[in-house]
Amino acid sequence: MAADVHKKKGWEVPNGSLTPGDGQHTERSESPTPGLAQGTEPGAGQEGAMFVHTRSYEDLTSPEDGAAVARSPEERCGEPGEPTTMEQISKDFSELSTQLTGMALDLEEEMRQSKEGKLEPSPQTTRRDSVLSGKEEEDVTMDAWRMHRKHVFVLSEAGKPVYSRYGSEEALSSTMGVMMALVSFLEAEKNAIRSIHADGYKVVFVRRSPLVLVAVARTRQSEQEIAHELLYIYYQILSLLTWTQLNHIFQQKQNYDLRRLLAGSERITDNLLDLMAHDPSFLMGAVRCLPLAASVRDAVSSSLQQAKAKSLVFSILLSGNQLVSLVRKKDQFLHPIDLHLLFNLISSSSSFREGEAWTPICLPKFNSSGFFHAHISYLEQEMDLCLLLVSTDREDFFTVSDCKRRFQERLRRRGVHHALQEALRTPFYSVAQVGIPDLRHFIYKSKSSGLFTSPEIEAPYVREEEKERLLGLYQYLHSRAHNSSRPLKNIYFTGPRENLLAWVTSAFELYICYSPLGTKAGAISAVNKLMKWIRKEEDRLFILTPQTY
Amino acid sequence: MMAIRELKVCLLGDTGVGKSSIVCRFVQDHFDHNISPTIGASFMTKTVPCGNELHKFLIWDTAGQERFHSLAPMYYRGSAAAVIVYDITKQDSFHTLKKWVKELKEHGPENIVMAIAGNKCDLSDIREVPMKDAKEYAESIGAIVVETSAKNAVNIEELFQGISRQIPPLDPHENGNNGAIKLGKQTSQTGGN
Repeated sequence: MAADVHKKKGWEVPNGSLTPGDGQHTERSESPTPGLAQGTEPGAGQEGAMFVHTRSYEDLTSPEDGAAVARSPEERCGEPGEPTTMEQISKDFSELSTQLTGMALDLEEEMRQSKEGKLEPSPQTTRRDSVLSGKEEEDVTMDAWRMHRKHVFVLSEAGKPVYSRYGSEEALSSTMGVMMALVSFLEAEKNAIRSIHADGYKVVFVRRSPLVLVAVARTRQSEQEIAHELLYIYYQILSLLTWTQLNHIFQQKQNYDLRRLLAGSERITDNLLDLMAHDPSFLMGAVRCLPLAASVRDAVSSSLQQAKAKSLVFSILLSGNQLVSLVRKKDQFLHPIDLHLLFNLISSSSSFREGEAWTPICLPKFNSSGFFHAHISYLEQEMDLCLLLVSTDREDFFTVSDCKRRFQERLRRRGVHHALQEALRTPFYSVAQVGIPDLRHFIYKSKSSGLFTSPEIEAPYVREEEKERLLGLYQYLHSRAHNSSRPLKNIYFTGPRENLLAWVTSAFELYICYSPLGTKAGAISAVNKLMKWIRKEEDRLFILTPQTY
Repeated sequence: MMAIRELKVCLLGDTGVGKSSIVCRFVQDHFDHNISPTIGASFMTKTVPCGNELHKFLIWDTAGQERFHSLAPMYYRGSAAAVIVYDITKQDSFHTLKKWVKELKEHGPENIVMAIAGNKCDLSDIREVPMKDAKEYAESIGAIVVETSAKNAVNIEELFQGISRQIPPLDPHENGNNGAIKLGKQTSQTGGN
């Protein structure tokens, strides 16, 4: 059942290219311009990427049609077209001007309304409930249950409940039956239900036979984004079972109760949904690195590289949900979604803190038909540094365990242990380091490396709701920028509490959030300054020289 | 110098009965109320003196959830001992224990030392499995039996001491690795007996 990595050479990649073409990495301009070719933007790896190259929403095979996207005629946005100069950008942003504010106020209004809803349960309490008691069930007939901002249901094609974010699956079996009836009704006519929009709610359906995933959301996310999250849930289930096993089970028995096999994994799925509401990694489809001096990171990477074994495919060192180092087998690329699932697995369970764990895991984007075997352990009790060694051989525990020992020994010998500890003390940097007074926060993603960087979220986004609101704004800009029927390159967004700017090119994506008192001209010069800063700091914020065994 | 003998031990049993808590108490003398369910299996070691030998326990704490069931043979194969755990407040978990014993009898190593641990004995006021049932059952299969509380550190040491005593003395022809078989291809031939 081991995932067969060796046969995977003829990778199928949706958009055709794994890594940026060679020879593009040589010119790294001092001051990046909008015309940057992919592979030369700040954060682009010098020796190719470590991830499979992805597009946003690459998995949604059926592109959204324009009809589903409501659009008011007043909204004017930058048309697609390659901007070539800074002047052009600034002109585009000027044209965008205040028309967008009308829409912005709507968003504010809606967010305020939802916050004032008295029955709204605070996200923290519900999360704590689900972690502490595993699955302390809510009464699904209560208003509190209805008031959750996002419900997620998974059911089998027989209409049997598999998972529900809130409330027990049993209590919801008739609801899920109705959902399945809706799906089947349209399918009988050779149609497919994608979403229902009513009363501020979006009901989004994703069909991945033998499962049906449904979200009922009143967030500002686009249908596309909600569907993207549902796909993550689907991949999460695959990572526990493999696609092959899942299909086999339902071929054998159509009305199988999948909850039996998924028992105990609910908290992993709950955690994934929580993470997606807080961590921009999922939105960006990219991975964030722990800020670390390049010399330290290189020492860590080469220590990992030397502690190899025949069956090892990936060696991953991470801290929190940030990547410290990743070493991979030559010609094998990890998909960001797979890495996100690994991050989620580790952050959802404290069981890895004790001893050395050895668990089968399917990386669905790599190979959905087989299991890898992951050795998971923390380097030290008190240190938030988790090592993940992914092997193809389930009998290889002791060999892989020895790789860990060798890695730790090398770290000690190179004397980087202390530097690592120092870096872990400040896992996030402050936006103040950039030196732009009005700048509050930003997200910058290098497309060719699949990595992004973002400072700590600071005041005024202190409370959880505020942080979620900020992420909600990014989600909104992201969905506008990536709308498949009408993608946008530049968005300038004026709100009462902050201004935001989004800039998407073929090489990078940048989202900045700055003071509501800042001017548009100020924002544009901030972008320029910020890009220079990221270029200057890129070897600390990104992994520029990914290693292979 | 005392000889070190490596003993592979695996823990089996229903999910949530306290396998990891028993191991955690034994190895680190520590108890965590909010321990997460084990994913896959977890490996730890602890060395304890036994007579004129040192016994190094190589402990495989397996996940009780059904989807990991098929991995169990990897862990009991070549084991010198198996600790099968149930929760004295859950009759179902005692039923699962019997299934594990049956599987071990059919597919486990011959002469594997079996130890039954009725965990959570600090909760005896909501007990569902009488001590007598466990004793009778253990006798019928020739297993060690003890009620434990990982929370209050009751009978945890004793459980492993009991296993140590049941391990047959070293055969002079063997190389001191009785049961200390690696989780690898070289395993089953040498066996733990």
